[in-house]
Amino acid sequence: MNETALLIAAMLASGTPLAIAGLGLLINEKAGVVNLGAEGLLLMGAVSGFAAAFHTGSTLAGLAAGGLVAALVAVVFGWLVIWINANQYATGLAVSLFGGGCSAFVGVAYVGQKLAAPVSWSVPVLGDLPFVGPALFQHHPMVYATVVAVIAAAWFFDRTRAGLVLRAVGESPESAHALGYPVRLLRLAAVACGGALCGVAGAYLSTVYTPLWVEGMVAGRGWIALALTVFATWRPLRILAGAYLFGGVTMLQLHLQGMGVQLPSQFLSMLPYLATIVVLVLISRNPLWLRQNMPASLGKPFHPNA
Amino acid sequence: MTDRFLRSSRRVLLQVAAAATLVPTLALAQAPAPLKIGFIYVGPVGDAGWTFAHDNGRKAIEAKYGNKIKTTYVEKVPEGPDAERVIRDLVAQGNTLIFATSFGYGDAMAKVAKDHPNVFFEHATGFKTAPNLRVYEGRFYEDAYLAGIVAGGMTKTGTLGFVGSFPIPEVMRNLNAYLLGAQTVRPDAKLKVVWVSTWFDPPKETEAATTLLNGGADVLLQNTDSTAVLQAAEKAGKYAFGWDSDMSAAAPKAHLGSAVLNWGVYYDKVVADVLGKTWKTGAIKWGTKEGMNDFVKINDVVPADIKAKVAAAKDGIKTGSLAVFKGPLADNTGKEVLAKGVNADDKWLSGVNFYVKGVEGKPPTSK
Repeated sequence: MNETALLIAAMLASGTPLAIAGLGLLINEKAGVVNLGAEGLLLMGAVSGFAAAFHTGSTLAGLAAGGLVAALVAVVFGWLVIWINANQYATGLAVSLFGGGCSAFVGVAYVGQKLAAPVSWSVPVLGDLPFVGPALFQHHPMVYATVVAVIAAAWFFDRTRAGLVLRAVGESPESAHALGYPVRLLRLAAVACGGALCGVAGAYLSTVYTPLWVEGMVAGRGWIALALTVFATWRPLRILAGAYLFGGVTMLQLHLQGMGVQLPSQFLSMLPYLATIVVLVLISRNPLWLRQNMPASLGKPFHPNA
Repeated sequence: MTDRFLRSSRRVLLQVAAAATLVPTLALAQAPAPLKIGFIYVGPVGDAGWTFAHDNGRKAIEAKYGNKIKTTYVEKVPEGPDAERVIRDLVAQGNTLIFATSFGYGDAMAKVAKDHPNVFFEHATGFKTAPNLRVYEGRFYEDAYLAGIVAGGMTKTGTLGFVGSFPIPEVMRNLNAYLLGAQTVRPDAKLKVVWVSTWFDPPKETEAATTLLNGGADVLLQNTDSTAVLQAAEKAGKYAFGWDSDMSAAAPKAHLGSAVLNWGVYYDKVVADVLGKTWKTGAIKWGTKEGMNDFVKINDVVPADIKAKVAAAKDGIKTGSLAVFKGPLADNTGKEVLAKGVNADDKWLSGVNFYVKGVEGKPPTSK
């Protein structure tokens, strides 16, 4: 019983960085921009978050710094693909490689350093409940903040005028432009916001989840987050469910091993991607689904004067 | 010996130089060109683990030999066709001694060594040798055994945990040695193993450690490369060990000791061999006895009698009176793997693919 509670807790904790980064990429893609540089942004966020937390002693400062630095990198990416009309896919891959190299370069001094002792969190009253307490209410505040952010994003896209405008920019930038909306600036804002969330996800990894910095420590989570947006068919709440599922698959596999059940771990490592491919196949087979969910101008450049 | 010879020959050289100040060109002509040494690393030097330890070895010989040698390194070289290109590059740049520090460089080293008979090649953890290609490795299971003794003395639940990378003989040796060490103190000790299928993925290492801790394991060892497992133990108020390098700073409370690799000891010998023209090929296995690996920084919370036991075992390993793997030894299905009175030899060690009695589950490689 208690082990199950701990397993649920571990799933939530390991899904959280995926959910934050996935939400950021979803916001990008709703506005019509694909950012394949997610892995690099997470790494930039991780290294700057660790550095800030190391010097200030504050995890919050770390998360903020991670978000800020990754947002800056994302703005450069946004400028390249929105104003210069550089190919989004190629530029994104370049950002991914740049982030990997740059974070390793600036992070050399922080390898092997440690942060202040981690604080354990617990929600008052609820945290003391049997089973439910350890499973759901003894997490870092970021875990709850992520849930709130995802719900807020869902509300933003479905219920607000600004959300509708942003979706219009991703669906049909020409129409939005004709109506007088600043398409490029809106896209840039979405890219910066998405970058910031990726940075926060990276900083969460390096300051909260595994408080250390080493080169390449994000280890592919940026790519999983990219797969997650497709898996979730661009719906915020499904991002959350997908993140816990993807995080859960890893935890469950390790947990089963701990109980003596042998499953080929390679098989489970590929499951998130396999699930994404299945979802892709499904939505591609159904044109209606595709039209409803995938931003129509995803990945396409926009020329206001064309 | 060689070292002393080198130093004295240098002194002679200096005296000659001092006596010959009137003919400085003579002294100049006698100053030998530095020995150029190239290293190729599989990871970044900042990995705080395997490659970091190799690079410390490189720095150690640089500090010792000064301007008599000149080292260069290439990091993050993938184990594949790229490796051969990098090795050829290093040779073309005039390096006459090459260290390749990962198993997967074997084929590339063998090929390049064949084309350059005048260059010395050294390959870590490999098995292919040639007249100018030598292989070397450590005996890290000795450290795992010593860590096990500490774990046996510190565990409350009697269950230990191991975060494994890949089920290759080296890692299988280590986890078995860890439990065997623990059982010398606590005969009923058990070991839970979780495989993460990677050498390096700190968040996943954390998750594996958390799983083990949740499952009741209270002293962990890992064969992955980061400090994540130690930090997970620190957070949970449990214990773990450092691996590859001294990791005591990462988790002062949880850290019970570190298994460190001192490649510098061996690199020193190689440089001395080359400079002294005594280099010859072979397969070198150095361990605790030679100082290639060591178990250090035992935490003060470890009781004195356990510390004494570790010291005694270390002495036994050094003198050869203690064998980590000795018969009778059965695997966890009850099958005898080492007969009574037999000590494991290197051939046996290179084929370890089973769990000893007390390890839970089945190795992933077994059918």
